[in-house]
Amino acid sequence: MVAQKITIEPVTRIEGHAKVTIRMTDAGAVEHAYLHVNEFRGFEKFCEGRMVFEMPSITPRICGICPVSHHLAAAKAGDELLGCPPPRPASLLRELMHMGQIVQSHGMHFFELAGPDLLLGFDADPAIRNVVGIIQANPGLALKAVNLRKFGQEIIHTLGGRRIHPNFAVPGGVNKSLKAAERDGILAGVDEAIATIQAGLQIMKVWAEANREDINKFAVFPTGYFGLVTPDNGLELYGGDIRLIGADGVQLEKFDGRKYLDYISEHVESWSYLKFPYYKKMGYPGGVYRVGPLGRLNIAEQIRTPLANAEHKIFKSINPGRPVENTLYYHYARLIEALFAAEHVRELCYDPDLLSTDILNTRIDNKGEGVGIIEAPRGTLIHHYWADEHNQLTKVNLIVSTGHNNWAMSEAVDSVAKTYIKQPVTEGMLNRVEAAIRAYDPCLSCSTHAVGQMPMILEMVDQQGDLIQTITRD
Amino acid sequence: MAKPKIASDWLCGCAGCHMSLLDIDERIVTVAELADLRSTPITDLKVPDVTGVDVGILEGGINNTANEEVALRMRKSCKILVALGDCAVFGGVPAMRNFFTLEETLRRAYIECESNDSEGKIPDDPELMKPTQVRSLQQVVPVDIFVPGCPPDADTIFYVLAELAQGRIPNLKGDKLHWD
Repeated sequence: MVAQKITIEPVTRIEGHAKVTIRMTDAGAVEHAYLHVNEFRGFEKFCEGRMVFEMPSITPRICGICPVSHHLAAAKAGDELLGCPPPRPASLLRELMHMGQIVQSHGMHFFELAGPDLLLGFDADPAIRNVVGIIQANPGLALKAVNLRKFGQEIIHTLGGRRIHPNFAVPGGVNKSLKAAERDGILAGVDEAIATIQAGLQIMKVWAEANREDINKFAVFPTGYFGLVTPDNGLELYGGDIRLIGADGVQLEKFDGRKYLDYISEHVESWSYLKFPYYKKMGYPGGVYRVGPLGRLNIAEQIRTPLANAEHKIFKSINPGRPVENTLYYHYARLIEALFAAEHVRELCYDPDLLSTDILNTRIDNKGEGVGIIEAPRGTLIHHYWADEHNQLTKVNLIVSTGHNNWAMSEAVDSVAKTYIKQPVTEGMLNRVEAAIRAYDPCLSCSTHAVGQMPMILEMVDQQGDLIQTITRD
Repeated sequence: MAKPKIASDWLCGCAGCHMSLLDIDERIVTVAELADLRSTPITDLKVPDVTGVDVGILEGGINNTANEEVALRMRKSCKILVALGDCAVFGGVPAMRNFFTLEETLRRAYIECESNDSEGKIPDDPELMKPTQVRSLQQVVPVDIFVPGCPPDADTIFYVLAELAQGRIPNLKGDKLHWD
């Protein structure tokens, strides 16, 4: 009798709280693995009654890893609701802050969260398989990684007064202009940031070359892909329309994100506090899609900065004419996006409007409803508010980046468990299951705004549902 | 002398306090020299050492049964317990939920939201925690050191870690004591 249930809890080196349970057959093979997102906070309810202009301060507390995403999505929803589109300089400054966040979030994920698996190995001793282990194994690289994150965080600090939960964007614009000396300080760090990201790309490519077999069997499956694009289908992180492509790469929809309710719905499963968004026309689970770096590079036909565009062409050659389906290529896609963000920081710094003091539109015309959408580091983030004539919120709906990837993360957990878990079960096998989740860089606090954080447990049960084995590491 | 062991975890918060910890930048090397980082959300040990740790750090308040278990386990494992950030210290923004009933907030999220399909239901699998009222850490377990801030800034966190790692109790006052 080898049937068992394995529990991994918590899943580490991801943001939030998740638990995995793996149900085994009597023969000792994996029957099914579940990802349980295990937190609920209730922002959608308790923001009712708050003022529209408070939302850029309240909603960043959904997530301290990408607070800028919520800060900006809330301000954009406020722009729409109050009918006060920001002047161009304000949009440029918001976008600059956003690029700082993309660099810090993607950089931290690659080097400090996922990096230990790639640099030290999936089977490395869990006591050292972390950022401190990287400091000890390669102090020069660790310092570069710290400085890359610092570069992004300092952009946020320069604009918003603090690195985490900045105070900057307001409905109609931003509350502070940028001085020439501050811009020059940002510009001075761009070259080093690009060099570090390129070093990361080199690490990724060497790793991919050596681990091709794993990449091709580690959670590879078809889905749709979803995210913002420029009018000519280029990579876009701040504005634009939403593009959805199918598993074959053919465009299914391109639409104004404000009409998202016509295109997507959310499904609830009893075993997770995180909802499952899908494309309405294809139903659940037929209409599931992926977002974030892999999704965005699949829907984008080009990138407008030269270094990132050259890498994007290499990315596109992985599976010519079709989307890249390999979960582990999220890491590669993430670095290409970080490269774009660093290059785009320089473009923005050279824009003649960036230092303008025309940064706030105060002519308010209450529309009663507003949708704000942005590409957060982890994918498409949607804030939708309704308000009365006093600008006090009556309803709030949030669909957060990691939520869109919920089905894919669950599928990845199941797929990797089935591919790698054999008797007797080892810690390294379980770490691969966690790595399947880690590749999506989930932000479980974000996704469980409504839903909370994601601690993760791995349990094995037999076909009758009886707990046989719980594996925890200490 | 062995380096003091530090463990941390996050509860009902946003991870921002741990991010602020990473904002100490290159001083992370100093912390790694002074202390032995054991189970944390950014390392791979899952629970505090069974033989105990010197310092336990918790970010976030308590809003469900799983949080309660983690808080109790950390209190049992550590000699000095630190409440890091406003949510741990007094509940923070997530405690705004206490103005509503749990039933109302769950119904809104899983049944009423405009983007939900017609099959909405409140998740209730036995694997999942049960939500509770949002409480500060001190309302659940005794706390030794309070570090407020949303998040506490990196300099404050570094000061607290460096003092604790060298066997001293940090004295938080002036610039280090803020609530925003």
